[in-house]
Amino acid sequence: MTRWSSAPPPEPGPADHTRGEGPVVIEYADLECPYCAKAHLILKELPVTRVFRHFPVTSKHPRARALAAAAEAAGLQGRFWEMHDSLLEDQGHLDDPHLWDRARALDLDLDRFEADRRSPRVKDRIDADFRSGIRAGVATTPTQFVAGEPHPGVPGASFERAVRSGS
Amino acid sequence: MIEPGSPAPDFSLPDQDGKRVSLSDFSGETVVLVFYPSDFSPVCTDQLSVYQEVLPQLEEQGAKLVGVSVDGAFCHKAFQHHHGLTIPLLADFHPKGEVAKAYGVWSEEHGVSSRALVMVGPDGTVEWSYLSPPLEIPGANLIFDALEQRTPA
Repeated sequence: MTRWSSAPPPEPGPADHTRGEGPVVIEYADLECPYCAKAHLILKELPVTRVFRHFPVTSKHPRARALAAAAEAAGLQGRFWEMHDSLLEDQGHLDDPHLWDRARALDLDLDRFEADRRSPRVKDRIDADFRSGIRAGVATTPTQFVAGEPHPGVPGASFERAVRSGS
Repeated sequence: MIEPGSPAPDFSLPDQDGKRVSLSDFSGETVVLVFYPSDFSPVCTDQLSVYQEVLPQLEEQGAKLVGVSVDGAFCHKAFQHHHGLTIPLLADFHPKGEVAKAYGVWSEEHGVSSRALVMVGPDGTVEWSYLSPPLEIPGANLIFDALEQRTPA
């Protein structure tokens, strides 16, 4: 049986989406979540290494998995962060035709994007991220981990202190 | 709050559809009572939404989930509908908080239940209980931990 019991968030590895330089921040986020969008705007201004993991909460955000899959499919063409930013910076257009528009704007191979975003490979990736979040105790989005400590919610003062002391 | 080894107090409360649900309905099964302060508050919404995501895995490991708060049945119905929840929600509404009090998770200061998890085994004995610090949400991992650690029947 697949285990869902407590385990610390896995250390960032080559399979993770990583960008930036500085103290490592592991983010568990849902691309349809407005608080995650707000967190993104704060994090992109900070000197940190961002490691992104999917935590789609579909009961609350019906498009969350479709968006996670779109970002992963873009990632298979080397454009994960571009799709991530595109989605979080405009959460008003999230239907399939909007996803195709975004894929075209990023100059993706659209047929490949369509096949990839529905593929078991992408689903397994999202499931694995989600399960690692559950095991790490993620119960709200976004949740950031700095030096193993969880910081649930939109990054605030305690988060910035942790980042500064880790730099 | 109620401790492991104690008999779980029985109750009969209306669910979101007004149907009465008793603890004894779950006799022979493991049920996790999810006490939470109120429907629609941002924190609780996240808690139940995240539990909803792992409901199939919890059921696969032999646990059913039931939410309990002081909100009325109609409020529970709206809350369930609004957030796509299928977890049954029980109204500890009249007399207000009676079940929360019986389980020792009542907050007199706030007039609502504290956030707490109580796992009741097939024989009606409390197997595990957890009282959450204020404004912290217990992750679903804690429920999976309790399920892994319980003594096999």
